[in-house]
Amino acid sequence: MIRRLFIANRGEIALRVARTAQRLGMTAILGASQGDMASLPAMLADEVALVGPAPSAQSYLDVDAVIAAAIAARADAIHPGYGFLSENARFAKAAADAGISFVGPDISSLQAMGDKLMARAVGQAAGLPVVPGGEAATPEEALARARETGFPVLLKAVAGGGGKGMKRVEREEELIPMIAMAMAEAQASFGDPRVYVERFIASGRHVEVQVLGDGETAIHLGTRDCSIQRRFQKLVEEAPAPMLSDATRGGLERAAVALARSLHYKGAGTVEFLVDSRTGDFYFLEMNARIQVEHPVTEAITGVDLVEQQLLVAGGARLSLDQDAIRPRGHAIEVRINAEDPEADFRPSPGEVTRAAWPAGPGIRVDSHIASGGMIPPYYDSLMGKLIVWGEDRPAAVTRLARALDTLTIEGVATTAPIHRRIAADPRFVAGGVDTRFLEGL
Amino acid sequence: MSAPFLSPEDVGDIVAILDGSDYRELDIATTRFRLKVRRDEDGGGWSQEWQWAAQHAPVQTAGVAAPDTPEGLVAIRAPLPGTFYRAPAPGAAPFVELGSQAQPDTVVGIVETMKLMNPVHAGVSGEIVAFVAGNAEAIGHGAALIHIRPAPVSA
Repeated sequence: MIRRLFIANRGEIALRVARTAQRLGMTAILGASQGDMASLPAMLADEVALVGPAPSAQSYLDVDAVIAAAIAARADAIHPGYGFLSENARFAKAAADAGISFVGPDISSLQAMGDKLMARAVGQAAGLPVVPGGEAATPEEALARARETGFPVLLKAVAGGGGKGMKRVEREEELIPMIAMAMAEAQASFGDPRVYVERFIASGRHVEVQVLGDGETAIHLGTRDCSIQRRFQKLVEEAPAPMLSDATRGGLERAAVALARSLHYKGAGTVEFLVDSRTGDFYFLEMNARIQVEHPVTEAITGVDLVEQQLLVAGGARLSLDQDAIRPRGHAIEVRINAEDPEADFRPSPGEVTRAAWPAGPGIRVDSHIASGGMIPPYYDSLMGKLIVWGEDRPAAVTRLARALDTLTIEGVATTAPIHRRIAADPRFVAGGVDTRFLEGL
Repeated sequence: MSAPFLSPEDVGDIVAILDGSDYRELDIATTRFRLKVRRDEDGGGWSQEWQWAAQHAPVQTAGVAAPDTPEGLVAIRAPLPGTFYRAPAPGAAPFVELGSQAQPDTVVGIVETMKLMNPVHAGVSGEIVAFVAGNAEAIGHGAALIHIRPAPVSA
């Protein structure tokens, strides 16, 4: 049982975790940087502990500083949120060494999902399909792999992320020069030259499955579709994933549970897949061992508070839910309102929000730490709030989204709201099931 | 526990009550917050606008109160608020050193804003004579980063 919960994060997720912790009777202690001491989460937390100066390298990313602040605050558990130190095995271990529960999976699960090749191997061992391909230590090996999978192929950095070091190769004669370039880029960006070869899926959708585990058993809470992305950053997410056959949906859910069980997974996690929109075939990509930004769409259709489940499991409880207790109803869509200017190539737009009128009403949820007069500091990412809508079915949810976006007014900073209005009105989005190239055509 | 405040569920209940009434706006002010709930002009959706009393003392940023630019020098200013870096990566050589000659398009540093690296250009030709902002220092929008002595304009 957790009594004093240290929240090692900021922004909307810090506020969201604090709300559930307070509802469960815990004392919510916010670990804030100097730049966030006057933020809404700092105001609404029960206690605030300073973790360091504003730049995140000296505060939210500093393992020793965060652990020291949590010890000084006499915390018995740490919730890491998402991003920052949430999947950092050294951080989880430092918390354990200090006698503080880490609200997340065991260190072994964090390590198993550490890099892309290891995650691939662990997934395969649990019987999950992965995109045909594999490691390519030398150009010759890469060529052999590419011949097995067939062209075009993708070259990816083993230690990569965010699309860096990723290259598409159309023909065999292009492979050798491209692989040298990909290895050099991987070395420069990640300090690790290893690359691997994967078959290129022309029309792919990003579909993920929410899982919950307690170390003994694991269940799933259905699918989410996050195909609408810009530079590999998700912009729109929905649950359940639309336009999937029962066979594909059931296969995804069973695969996710199989992986969670094989890891003896504890807490909330997300298993990500690439779904070939033409064939319905799916491939395991990676597992995110933390709460996700888009978790509210799953909460909206299942009625389960995922942060509450995380806190209960971290406090030593067994899962009180079984698979039959999960009865998803209706459809939910989340859009990310970022302080970025879509008219200026999504240039960051920090500053004072002179007015923030968020939508309200039935079927609408807003997770945001920004009110009128709020500040968006330049040191962190640009997410200023999430608008989540629920409807009896997908068309009802899309209609509610369009209407809610019409009432949204943010003044003082540029936001991604205009692009969401265009998405909500786009016939391809209204029909549902778009692939990851959707934004290129908008 | 923190003092009670209106939860998102409470706001949902308030909207449901208003929705079944002739009222189109509710404006509550307490010592802690002000909340306005209102219906759109055209009878469309509802919105909620919060203002918090104790929030938002200005974010402290070092380097903003830099001294005036000395006579004969030009300040290169931050294009965005963020963190100033003199080198492209930790341990890498700085973009420019004291005494370096810069052209208008010379990159003299970067400002990291929301995880994006924004190059800072000199803007004028001349010699770098002072670093006003330190490496990895938090800086405000328009803060002086570097002083440069402009090269004489040739005819």
